[in-house]
Amino acid sequence: MDDEKYIEIDPVTGTSSDSGFPTEEFMVNMGPQHPSTHGVCRLLLTMDGENVKHCQPHIGYLHRAIEKICENRKYQMITPLMDRFEYLMSMACGWLYCLGVERIAEVEVPERGEYLRVLMTELNRIASHLIFLATFGLDLGAVTPFLYGLRDREYIVDLFEETSGQRLLYNYIRIGGVAKDLSVGFEKKCLKFIDYFLPIIDDYEDLLTNNPIFLTRTKNVGVLSRDLALDYAAAGPVLRASGIKWDLRRDDPYGCYDKFDFEIPTGENGDTWDRYIVRIREMRESCSIVRQAIEGLPEGDFKAKVKPSFKPPAGECYTRVESARGEMGAYIVSDGTNKPTRLKLRGASYNHIMALPEICPGIKIADLVAIFASFDSIMPEVDR
Amino acid sequence: MELGGLFKWIGEILQSMGLSGAWLSLVANTLVAALLLGLLAVMALFLVWWERKVSAHIQDRLGPMRTGWHGAIQTLADGLKLLQKEDITPKGVDRPVFFWAPVVVYAACFMAYVAIPWGKDLIPADLNIGILYIIAITTFTVISLLMAGWSSNNKWALLGGMRSAAQIISYEVPLTLSILGVLILAESLSMQTIVQRQEGIFNWYIWRQPLGFVIYIIAATAEANRTPFDLPEAEQELVAGFNVEYSGMKFAMFFLAEFLNMFTVSAIATTLFLGGWNGPILPSWMWFLIKTLFLVFVFMWIRWTYPRLRVDHLMEFAWKWLLPFAFLNLILTGVGYYLWDVIFG
Repeated sequence: MDDEKYIEIDPVTGTSSDSGFPTEEFMVNMGPQHPSTHGVCRLLLTMDGENVKHCQPHIGYLHRAIEKICENRKYQMITPLMDRFEYLMSMACGWLYCLGVERIAEVEVPERGEYLRVLMTELNRIASHLIFLATFGLDLGAVTPFLYGLRDREYIVDLFEETSGQRLLYNYIRIGGVAKDLSVGFEKKCLKFIDYFLPIIDDYEDLLTNNPIFLTRTKNVGVLSRDLALDYAAAGPVLRASGIKWDLRRDDPYGCYDKFDFEIPTGENGDTWDRYIVRIREMRESCSIVRQAIEGLPEGDFKAKVKPSFKPPAGECYTRVESARGEMGAYIVSDGTNKPTRLKLRGASYNHIMALPEICPGIKIADLVAIFASFDSIMPEVDR
Repeated sequence: MELGGLFKWIGEILQSMGLSGAWLSLVANTLVAALLLGLLAVMALFLVWWERKVSAHIQDRLGPMRTGWHGAIQTLADGLKLLQKEDITPKGVDRPVFFWAPVVVYAACFMAYVAIPWGKDLIPADLNIGILYIIAITTFTVISLLMAGWSSNNKWALLGGMRSAAQIISYEVPLTLSILGVLILAESLSMQTIVQRQEGIFNWYIWRQPLGFVIYIIAATAEANRTPFDLPEAEQELVAGFNVEYSGMKFAMFFLAEFLNMFTVSAIATTLFLGGWNGPILPSWMWFLIKTLFLVFVFMWIRWTYPRLRVDHLMEFAWKWLLPFAFLNLILTGVGYYLWDVIFG
């Protein structure tokens, strides 16, 4: 294997460290079965004791050929499949696909439908960030945030279940709008959740943000510099933590995001702590967007009429939405039949994982776990 | 309700049965050892259950609820399950070392209790070097962790074993130094004497050794491999650390030993700083258990609140912070003791 070139052992003394004490580098497989690779990612590590010399990500363990399957399905049949693309934020996946199809077919989505999409996607963003918070704490050895994160995500999942009937893969956003209107009393429950949740975020911060152990574990650890972030086309909270104010909701507005008023939190150093705090602040912003969406929710239809034999005209379109992990893109090619010719998906997690070898050399293995967790990569988005 | 008399009575019965000299001490010591073994096994089961309950309530859930009252016999059920499990010895392990590692950790754990005073006249053997003996014996743990890590033929286990060796040896130093302050004040190494010196709440050494107490608690957390110092078995980094290849009863032994270690360090802290079994109204052994279990609860509380330290920060903390402060504490105690002697003595 060409990974062997990274082992630098002095041929004369047999040593590899500077201390003169004879040591040997060794390679170790972190994953595919490992508690903190968040799915089935395999990192091939070259280690010098506790230090990581080199890290080579190996992907593909979760490849399900979603893109190929989509080519053999009618347009309406693809929406449930899209949820599987990125299961922690399946609302965004559905929206991404529907947005592309609607642009090709020039379907006009009713305003209520657009608002419901924003409402659900932002709730989903909070849920996804809660999973991040939970697993990030867990990967740093703090078990309690994990339980707290999942506890509060449960309220959001209950709201989704009430609306779409599903708890993880909602199949809620459809071509032309959304699947169902809100159930009776949803707005009230949702606002109640927001009122409950905003103080809870402060609790999380009490538990982690300024904890001295947490600070030493995350500050200046795994710095993804501005240039490196741009080189690897990082996106989402990871990019914003590196100090670049780029959010598709503001910079390439889709849906009705231009009607909402929200801040885009950014970090300064691009270290692990910044990536954490950016997500914490994003949760607050999402709460504010949810509130605005409920208060400004217009009356009317929630879905445009789309014929069962839906055939968009020939054409192609690249759409992108801001998911919890960053830019999520879909390139859809239509040849005028009822099935897409080609559907290419782009997930931000892939780029983040590929940046790992750049920032890994010289760190401790505990840092690697923290960095991996702070990227919040999920493997279905990488392997598709 | 003092239990000391009970044991005296049993001793007299044994004597009246015609046993004498070496035979008497053999039978009596075997009885005490068996009793202690049973007691500590129950204690370990209780601590596992309690930890699960404490963590559950900290984390807004209920914990085990189905087996027995509030899941009280859940650990017993888990233990039985582990007993039934196949004992897997992976290929390529160093068999004798792999076998003996859990035995050593369990034995080291138990041997410390020879000199722990459970109550008034309730100590298996009041050694005149009691605390020194305990410190020496508990260090055996590191050997077993290293044995487990090395023999498992697994890189994660090896990393865990190495971490534990580095950690426990480093924290052993401030731990011992923090205890020395108490020994200066007590003028004795015997555990019972140390306890007797602390009669009345204001004579507890925690008031005269606050810094020593804090250093002891921190170093003890590291000794017992508890969060934030649970690096040897950091699940998220090393999968499970030194015990990754162990299954069935061998794993259970590591697991129980970990909880017993926590109880040991709490018992030592109780004896040295919190007045041991001294206390009003309730029998002495109850006071000992109350204080010790309170400290155990504090350890659990810390565990379920804090993240884990990184290995280099851990070393830095031991050598750059704990050790100088432990020395400072020792010097202050020595000078203070001398001055007190000169002025009032």
